[in-house]
Amino acid sequence: MQTIIENLQKHFQVVSYHQQRENLGFLIASKEVAVGLITHLRDYEGFAHLVLLTAVDWIEDEHFQLTYLLHHPEKKVDLGVRVMISRENAEMYSIHHLWEQARTYQRELREMFGINFPGSPDVDKPFILEGWEEIPPYRRDFDTKEYSEKTYFPRPGRETHDPAEYMKKKLYPNE
Amino acid sequence: MGKEYIEKRTVISPEGNPIEVDPLKDYFCDAAPKSCKSASGIIEKFANWARSESLWVLGFGTGCGAIEMRPLMTPRFDAYRFGIQWRPTPRQASVFVISGYLSVKTLKRVVRSYEQMQNPKFVVALGSCTINGGMYWDSYNTINRLDHYMPVDVYIAGCMPRPEALLAGFDKLKHIIREGRGEGANKYAENFDWYKGNQKKIIKDWDMPDYNW
Amino acid sequence: MGTIVTKILYALLTLFIVTNYGLILSGVVRKIGARVGRRHGIRFYQPYIDLIKNYTFRTRITHGIMYYIGPVFRLTGGIGLLLFLPVIYGSPVFDNFSFAGDLTFVLYFQFFGVLGMALGAGESGHPYSALGVSRGLAQTTAMELPLTLGVLALAVQYHTLNIHEIVAAQQGSILHWTLFTNPLAAIAMMLSFLAMMGRSPFDVVLAPQEIPIGPPTEYHSALLGVLQLNRAIFPAAKLILFMNLLFGGATNWGELVIKTFFIYMWSVFVGIAYPRFRVDQSVRWYFGIPLLIGVAAILVVKYF
Repeated sequence: MQTIIENLQKHFQVVSYHQQRENLGFLIASKEVAVGLITHLRDYEGFAHLVLLTAVDWIEDEHFQLTYLLHHPEKKVDLGVRVMISRENAEMYSIHHLWEQARTYQRELREMFGINFPGSPDVDKPFILEGWEEIPPYRRDFDTKEYSEKTYFPRPGRETHDPAEYMKKKLYPNE
Repeated sequence: MGKEYIEKRTVISPEGNPIEVDPLKDYFCDAAPKSCKSASGIIEKFANWARSESLWVLGFGTGCGAIEMRPLMTPRFDAYRFGIQWRPTPRQASVFVISGYLSVKTLKRVVRSYEQMQNPKFVVALGSCTINGGMYWDSYNTINRLDHYMPVDVYIAGCMPRPEALLAGFDKLKHIIREGRGEGANKYAENFDWYKGNQKKIIKDWDMPDYNW
Repeated sequence: MGTIVTKILYALLTLFIVTNYGLILSGVVRKIGARVGRRHGIRFYQPYIDLIKNYTFRTRITHGIMYYIGPVFRLTGGIGLLLFLPVIYGSPVFDNFSFAGDLTFVLYFQFFGVLGMALGAGESGHPYSALGVSRGLAQTTAMELPLTLGVLALAVQYHTLNIHEIVAAQQGSILHWTLFTNPLAAIAMMLSFLAMMGRSPFDVVLAPQEIPIGPPTEYHSALLGVLQLNRAIFPAAKLILFMNLLFGGATNWGELVIKTFFIYMWSVFVGIAYPRFRVDQSVRWYFGIPLLIGVAAILVVKYF
């Protein structure tokens, strides 16, 4: 793992590297380098398998974090490439030319987070939600409870308890 | 976008004549359902007995509860001895078991399947998700109350109900049918506009006729 | 005039008895299948309830005239087959409309229903129906070859195309049965019989788990009831046909019930023991050993 990172540092500017376990590490790359870096990892380092592509909404820092998790089938190590993109103009370069299946991930991210991947095939087609009109539901400023109450005819009479308080009262009524 | 398949279009026939195709009108019949009168007296009682003893379930697993229906076919629970059998097409089925939560996308298919079933049809709603949303009550994509979209005959509470609870639910359904209260299809026909309005409020991407038989 | 009226009444009586026998038989056979799977299974009278329920549906939809005629054709195929079989040998009541060339007639008539179903299911416009019909026709065609060869071998052996005479020739002793006088033809026909009954190795056409339920995908309520009725009559008629051709016929109802039940058990046991063939597999299988046995049966009858 260490040698791979050292190799990488010769070619790319790796911002930070964090070793989670012996066989799992994460590095942060800038938006512009990321696709080149992933191509290099796939073609020269042997990370042949795209495990997943997912996103996290860091609403406080005003950016999305994209995680490309790559797997090395021979060395049995995983490497995550994290890319921070701005929330304002959420757009990322597509990697569907590297892995055909990435188009599905990108379609999902487009629908759930509103991150656009220009050039990715079918990226505008609805993936799971059919005819969604609100802001993308996985963005953290989308209030799913409010939306559900507004839309789905909630049945009256539902009680909500704070689990900690409620269980404390139930289990230790005398304290 | 992407709705060319339901738009009106002109196609050229093999002979070279242009033909107008309106898929919603040509491929479906969208006449609203009518409420059917039941036969009278002893005939209806006899028919209801037959209906209650021969429940053909539509094999449509909508949510996680579908896994609770499979054990019913196995030697341990064996629902066949109560006259409950599974059919693969909505045309031949008379009981629709909504097994668990319904996302909006599934609801659309469920509505289509429900409407394709023939008149005395019964709905068994399984799990608390169909009653008030269950653990998905605040989700952005699962419905809360099934009875706003189709008439429900029996609710089986639980998350998930065990197969025994399902058998008890089917037993309850049999009683309801025998008493002549299993008139969900007529209720649906009578309150068609209300049900349709609720469905259309949820299903934004409505690309089918208003009624699919 | 009087004779034909009594004959029709007698035929209706036969039809009534055979229908009930077929319904109970299908229930009992499903019960046996369930018991093999260690289940209680359906009640043996469940087919009756299903039938009543299907006839009491309040709505039905149509796809056109052929859609209605399909099940009617199918039922005609079943009833027609039965009406031209001498059900009880030597009984004036249950002899039906057996006539000189009925063996050929019966052979063609059992195809009648399948073709009617093909037309009706085609009109329903459901792709699964069309697919199911083409699968069914392919399998039936393959199954017919050994059957026809076996039947021709019988015709050559007994020098007649009259089922009545074939039954007459087998009377007297158990060793006069075609099963023992012409075992090759019997084997070829019994192998075809497996697919005719539509049970497990060859039930891909109608199996609910496959392309949903095949040709009757779109059929419902009373139309499905007609098909169900036929599914009770048709197997019973086929059982009686095989009993007449191979197992010496029956001289009373008790004998008929015992013989047909055991003939049915042959396909039931094979069905429970063996998993399902795909259509291409079953077609290939019928073009193999059963076909060769059928050819051998003809050669043996002709030259030995």
